[in-house]
Amino acid sequence: MSLDITKLTIKSAAEGLRKKDFSACELAESYLERIEERNPERNAYLEIFEDVRAQAEAAQKTIDSGAAPLLAGIPLAMKDNILIKGRRASSASKILEGYTAAYDSTAAKKLKEAGAVFLGRTNMDEFAMGSSTENSAFGVVTNPHDVSRVSGGSSGGSAAVVADSMALASLGSDTGGSIRQPASFCGVVGLKPTYGRVSRYGLMAMASSLDQIGPFAKTVSDAELIFDAIKGADSMDSTTLPQGAFSARPLKEKMRIGIPEGLLDIPGLDGDVRANFEASVAKLKAQGHEIVDVPLPYLKYSLAVYYVIVPAEVSSNLARFDGVKYGLHKDGANLIEDYFLTRGEGFGPEARRRILLGTYVLSSGYYDAYYNKAVAVRRLIEKDFAQAFEAVDAIVTPTTPSPAFKIGEKANDPMAMYLADIFTVPANVGGICGISLPSGEAVRDGKNLPLGFQILAGAGREDILFALGKKFLGEE
Amino acid sequence: MIEPQTIEKLAELARIKVSREEVEGLRAEIEPILDYVNQIQDAVGAGEIEPEAGAVRNVMRADDHPHESGIHSAELLEEAPAREGEYFKVKKILGGSDVA
Repeated sequence: MSLDITKLTIKSAAEGLRKKDFSACELAESYLERIEERNPERNAYLEIFEDVRAQAEAAQKTIDSGAAPLLAGIPLAMKDNILIKGRRASSASKILEGYTAAYDSTAAKKLKEAGAVFLGRTNMDEFAMGSSTENSAFGVVTNPHDVSRVSGGSSGGSAAVVADSMALASLGSDTGGSIRQPASFCGVVGLKPTYGRVSRYGLMAMASSLDQIGPFAKTVSDAELIFDAIKGADSMDSTTLPQGAFSARPLKEKMRIGIPEGLLDIPGLDGDVRANFEASVAKLKAQGHEIVDVPLPYLKYSLAVYYVIVPAEVSSNLARFDGVKYGLHKDGANLIEDYFLTRGEGFGPEARRRILLGTYVLSSGYYDAYYNKAVAVRRLIEKDFAQAFEAVDAIVTPTTPSPAFKIGEKANDPMAMYLADIFTVPANVGGICGISLPSGEAVRDGKNLPLGFQILAGAGREDILFALGKKFLGEE
Repeated sequence: MIEPQTIEKLAELARIKVSREEVEGLRAEIEPILDYVNQIQDAVGAGEIEPEAGAVRNVMRADDHPHESGIHSAELLEEAPAREGEYFKVKKILGGSDVA
């Protein structure tokens, strides 16, 4: 096939489809070929849907009728924790063995209505807990730039399929960086929308007060297209908010951009990451924006707050997996033994670690010292951000403290793995939005590894991220 | 310092079967995490914590158009590891002598 899909974006593909340069079936076929060639080494897809060709044919009909919706015929990938009716979904966990979704997530429903073609479901850390996909029950996703390194996580598969041209865009979920960190490691754009902006109905809950669904794409414009398709208030998710709930201040041409005070003092910050961050800041300055330091005194507690609140919510959310309603069932002598055996065999190491930690911080003797305190510090971090966004339009940081690490490097040290999310976690704790943009490369063992630049904006201000991001990447 | 008995107790509360060897591993992994998160103790004094409610808004929907009873039963029961007719099947919970 002559179609070079490595150069395509959603925008250019949609134009090609409309101008009949190629058909939706040819486009889908090209992706299936590419997947067959690349996925065995990558392990980024857990399943390729068998009806991809049929979906593409249906999309082509709407294109031929002239009434094609926005994403008609666009091949997308779905993270394995977002439900599509009638299809398998497992959160890369053994405990959901054989589970088929009985309903559509709101995000999937909206993408279907927009005409998208779903290629398959992508590999991830079990229940979205992890930063490398090494916690998947189905093996690690290798990095498209160096097969000996991780693609990041938890949405590692969704990042890798876009970076490796096995999908035009994909959906992931981000609880503490699970979209932005793998986007940075794989060299693509990853957006974590504001809490409440995208419905989580049909997203398997990990930490409900932090989880958000968002897109991976090759360009900021493409990420914006997917975001626009899936956003909005939803009666099925009472945490969603209507557009009117957010600030409607006009977008400024020249913005004031903050760098958190003391940001680069964290131990273990890679030298190339630091240099690349400084170059990215200089680029924004050259584009006419003003750069200032911004105090965020409680920001440094974000990761500690996160690792109290997340396990607490995980321990309650994962209580539903009992071997009775769906998924794995292991038979014991009585009902309670069924629970112990099913959960004992079904949950992998990180899931059980977090469940136990959550049970600990919520237990009566420790609830005040851990959970209540974490909630109080979280409020202080939210206030920090609210004050900061009175003074600046956006805040910038590196996305990750290092480029993609080696497979196995942090697998036996949970705390070292958690620190990989040090720059991304604050946006979730604060409920604001953030984007990771590819910003350059670092050379390791002769391989060029992507680096990411993170821009954060206040609640509901994705428009600021898109405006700065497009200019940063030279789009338009 | 977390005792092995604490890990065993947590696993029991969480209904997860863990082996002897795993208890030691979990203890060794959870301890540094607790050490790390303990820094929140310095962030606020004990007196400064006031439980706060979130912004008040009504998130309840009116219960006015319930779907027809039973239309989702078949597809949901399809996923059940064990069923009996229109019911999920579980083991007896009363009368067993081996459960405290």
